[in-house]
Amino acid sequence: MILAEHAAGFLAAEKNPNPLLPDAAELIFGTLAFLVVLFVLGKMLIPRIQQTLAERTDAIEGGLKRAEEAQDEAQKVLEQYKEQLAEARHEAARLREEAREQGAQIIAEMREQAQAEAQRVIDQAHAQIEADRQQAFTRLRTEIGELAVDLAGRIVGESLEDEARRRGTVDRFLDQLEERAGAEA
Amino acid sequence: MSAPHVLAKDFQAPGLGLFEWKPLFHIGPFAVAKPIVLCLLVAIIVIGFFWAAFAKPQLVPRGFQNVGEVAYMFVRDEIGRPFLGKDAERWMRLLIPVFFFVWIGNLMSVVPVAQFPVNSRIAFPAVLALLIYLTFWAVGIKNQGFFGLLKNATMPPDLPKPLYLIVIPIEFVSTFFIRPFTHAVRLFANMFAGHILIALFATVAFHFLWEKVTPLGFGVGVLGVVLTIVMTAFELFIQAVQAYVFTLLAAFYISAGLYSDH
Repeated sequence: MILAEHAAGFLAAEKNPNPLLPDAAELIFGTLAFLVVLFVLGKMLIPRIQQTLAERTDAIEGGLKRAEEAQDEAQKVLEQYKEQLAEARHEAARLREEAREQGAQIIAEMREQAQAEAQRVIDQAHAQIEADRQQAFTRLRTEIGELAVDLAGRIVGESLEDEARRRGTVDRFLDQLEERAGAEA
Repeated sequence: MSAPHVLAKDFQAPGLGLFEWKPLFHIGPFAVAKPIVLCLLVAIIVIGFFWAAFAKPQLVPRGFQNVGEVAYMFVRDEIGRPFLGKDAERWMRLLIPVFFFVWIGNLMSVVPVAQFPVNSRIAFPAVLALLIYLTFWAVGIKNQGFFGLLKNATMPPDLPKPLYLIVIPIEFVSTFFIRPFTHAVRLFANMFAGHILIALFATVAFHFLWEKVTPLGFGVGVLGVVLTIVMTAFELFIQAVQAYVFTLLAAFYISAGLYSDH
């Protein structure tokens, strides 16, 4: 096949012109063919790929820049958070301290109040007891007077006949006294 | 008669005829032969590939765009930026078409059925070299002025005065006359020679393993097959190197027009 073509080549060579002399038709068709290639590639296709390559460079550079910016932003936010966190911790510590102080104060106050109340209750009780005692004393005095008069009357009325009667009178009086106490109770 | 002579009595090595093609059809006064067809095919392939890659470029590349970007960045970082610095982006619009037009043209040498390096026809490298030469003049006059360009190109600074007597003519001829020829011929000659080499070994293999099989010639034929394969691999490398060198020189010539301090 190769050689058949070559053979065709040999046969075509009726004469062997100088291979350094260009053929006119080849010059013209070569020029046209190259100019068409030059036009389509140079005017249409290469500018397109150049633009795309430039855009890609831009996109990559832009992407890197954006990533850097995002990282800076993240760093800034992180610092802000850390600062806020520290502040919050500080605040919490302060609040705790304050609460403790307040608590202590409240306890002290409550204790004082309770003591005052207790004192008041005790005082009141004392006063009540005093009043009760006074009242009891007053009544007792009255009753003792009455009883003494009653007893004296009986002793005088029945005379001092004998030992047995006297003892009986006294016993009766005491019984009556007990009964009265039982009735009153 | 010695043995090799007997062995190769009927063997005909391929010559310049390899590069002459019968016209396939005519367009107006012009005969269109295989090299022109391949040249147009190269244009279609290059445009097709870059269209697939860069017609709708995405920020996140997929498929062809990845390959296209690797190709673009190779030419930009290896050729554009070293010579043109911050102006590289602008000149990529010329350097990319030059590199791929040349490289795919060279690659046609090993593509089955095509099997002919487009740039082994002097007209195609000449067109590109001429275009770059004109670009050199245009940017040179624009950036340095006509006389500035002549002076900067022919008078390297800090040389002893008498030396300029020799340097100026040499630099003048080299920069303004020889450059475009060497630029074109370097590519042309490499592709030309590479194609002859591959064709020679392929012809050896064909001749000794098919056309005229002899016990003695069999080994030669096998050697031809092996060397055809080896040379094809080597050519793949040379094709890429020559495309690289051609584009690199283009960038260098343009930079000589753009900047005075060289």
